[in-house]
Amino acid sequence: MLTDLLGIPPQVLFGQLMLGLINGAFYAVLSLGLAVIFGLLNIVNFAHGAFYMLGAFATVAVTQYLGIGYWGALIVAPLVVGAFGAAIEYFLLRRLTGVDHLYGLLLTFGLALVIEGSFVKMFGASGLPYPVPAQLTGGVNLGFMFLPWYRGWVVVASLAVCIATWFLFERTKIGAYLRAGTENPKLLQAFGVNVPLLTTLAYGYGVALAAFAGVLVAPITQVSPLMGSNLIIVVFAVVVIGGMGSIMGAVVTGLAMGVIEGLTRVFWPEASATVIFMVMAIVLVLRPAGLFGKTA
Amino acid sequence: MNSKIGYLIAFAILLVLPFVVYPVFLMKLLCFALFASAFNLILGFGGLLSFGHAAFFGGAGYITGHALKVWGLPTELGILFGALTAGLLGLLIGMLAIRRQGIYFAMITLAMAQMVYFIFVSSDFTGGENGLQGVPRGYALGFIDLQNDLSMYYFVLAIFVAAFFIISRTVNSPFGQVLSAIRDNEDRATSLGYDVDRYKLLAFVLSATFAGLAGGTKTVVFQLASLTDSHWHMSGEVVLMTLLGGLGTIAGPSVGAAIIITLQNYLASGPLGAWVPVVLGVIFVVCVLAFRRGVVGELHAFIKKSF
Repeated sequence: MLTDLLGIPPQVLFGQLMLGLINGAFYAVLSLGLAVIFGLLNIVNFAHGAFYMLGAFATVAVTQYLGIGYWGALIVAPLVVGAFGAAIEYFLLRRLTGVDHLYGLLLTFGLALVIEGSFVKMFGASGLPYPVPAQLTGGVNLGFMFLPWYRGWVVVASLAVCIATWFLFERTKIGAYLRAGTENPKLLQAFGVNVPLLTTLAYGYGVALAAFAGVLVAPITQVSPLMGSNLIIVVFAVVVIGGMGSIMGAVVTGLAMGVIEGLTRVFWPEASATVIFMVMAIVLVLRPAGLFGKTA
Repeated sequence: MNSKIGYLIAFAILLVLPFVVYPVFLMKLLCFALFASAFNLILGFGGLLSFGHAAFFGGAGYITGHALKVWGLPTELGILFGALTAGLLGLLIGMLAIRRQGIYFAMITLAMAQMVYFIFVSSDFTGGENGLQGVPRGYALGFIDLQNDLSMYYFVLAIFVAAFFIISRTVNSPFGQVLSAIRDNEDRATSLGYDVDRYKLLAFVLSATFAGLAGGTKTVVFQLASLTDSHWHMSGEVVLMTLLGGLGTIAGPSVGAAIIITLQNYLASGPLGAWVPVVLGVIFVVCVLAFRRGVVGELHAFIKKSF
C-alpha cells in the first residue's frame, strides 16, 4: 500500500495538488479575460482584480436581495459586472484611443484604486462568509484523498468556461470578427464591421470572465474588498509566462502554475508565495517571448 | 538661463522653509521628490513604465537601516550602501525586464517587485510587519548631530540637491539624448547603431540607484524602515506623482510629489482619512484622461503659447 510518497503522506500531497488545480483554474480564467481584453484594446487591465472582487460581492448581494441564490448569481453576477465593465470602456477607456497604451494601464490602475478603496470604506477590510450551495456540500472519499464536491465543481466550471470561450473565438462568426479586430482593426472597420462596439463587448466579456471567477471563489474564501489586489499580480506573472497570444496557452499555463504552486507548498513551503515569480524569471531568461507567445 | 534663475529661487526658498514649515514634513517631501525624479528618468525619458520601483525604494530603506543599526556604519556610508544595493537589484530586475517591451515591461517589474516584497515579509532582518525600528540617525561627517531636525533637514537637502543635479545633468547629456531617441523611436535608434538594450539597462540601474538613495534617506529621517515602502501601492504612488507633475520634465516629479504628499497629509488628519486611496485613484483617472502633460508640462505649453 502506498502510504508514503517521498516522506509526504498522500492525503497532504493530493490535497495540495487539488488546491493547486483550483488556484490554477482561477489563474486560467483570469488570464484568459486579460488576453481577450488585450487582444482588442492592447491594454493590460489592471482593474481585473477589482472586477473579480466585484463578482464575489455581487454574488453575496444577489443572494441577499434577489433571493436567487448561488446558481442565479452564476449568471447574473458576470452579466451585471460585465455590463459595468462595458460602460467603463464606453465612457472612459475609449477616450484613450490613439494614445500610448501605457495610459490604458494607468487608467485601469486608478479605477482599481477607486473601486477597491470605496469597498474597503463601505465593508471594511475583513471578509464576508458565503455558504457552499446545498447541492454541492459534502464530498467523496477517493481512497487516496477526500474530494469536496464544490472544489471539483470549481475546476469543471472553470474549464467549461475556458472551452466555451475557445469555441466562441475559434468557431463562431463573432469570434472571427474578434480575431480580425486583434489583427487589424482599421481594415475590419473598412469592411463595415462596427469595431468600437466589438471593442466594448470584448472588454465587457473579459470583465465578465473575471466576475465569473469571483462567483466561483465566493464559497471557498472570505469575500473581501482586497481579495483581488494581490492575486492580480500573480496573474500578470502567469500572463508573462504564457504570453497572451493564445487561449489554450492561457489555460494550460494557468493550470500548470497552480499545480506548481501546490507542489511547492508541499515540498518547499517557504517558497510557495514566490515560486510563480521565479518561474517567470526563468522563462524570461530561456524564452523571452513566453511559452506560447510569438513576440511581445 | 530662465530655468537656472528658477532653480536658484527654489533653492533659496528651500533654505528658509524649515523655519516656517515643520522640517520632518519637508524632509518627507524631499525624499519623495527625489524618488519621483529618479523614477522619471526611466518613465519620462526612457519611456519604460516600471511598476516595481517600490522594491528599490523600500529595499534600500531596509539595507540602510540594517547597516546603520546592526553594523553601525556612518550615516553617509549607510545611505550610500543602500543606494548601491538598490542599483544592484535594479541590474538584476532590469536584465529580466528589458527582454520584453511595453506593457510586459510593466508586468515583469511589478511581479519581480512583488517577489522582493514577499521576501521582505518573511525575512528576519526586516522585522516583518513591525518593520525595522530605532534606526540611529548618527552624525553627518562625523560631527553634526542629526538628531536635531534642522541639521537633519539640511543634510537631506544636500543629498536632494546633489542627486537632482546629477539627474538633470544625465538627462541633458548625450546619454540622455540617446535615451529620449530610444523612447521616441526604438527601431530608428537601433538602425543608427545604438545598443538599445544597454542604454535602457543603464537608465534602469541609475533610476533604481537614485530611488534607493531616496529610500535610504527616508529611513534615516524617520528612523524606521517598513513594509509600506516596498508594497506595490508605493510603486503606483510614484507613477502618480510623476504623471501629475509632468512626465519627462525636470521639475515635474518634484512638483507632483509635493502635491501628493501635502494632499495625503491634509486628508489623513481630516474626516476623509480613509478615502485617501480613492482620492488618489480619482486623480489618476483625471490625469490620464484630461491632464496627460501634468502640471509642469501644461505650464510649459502655456508659456510657449503666450510668449
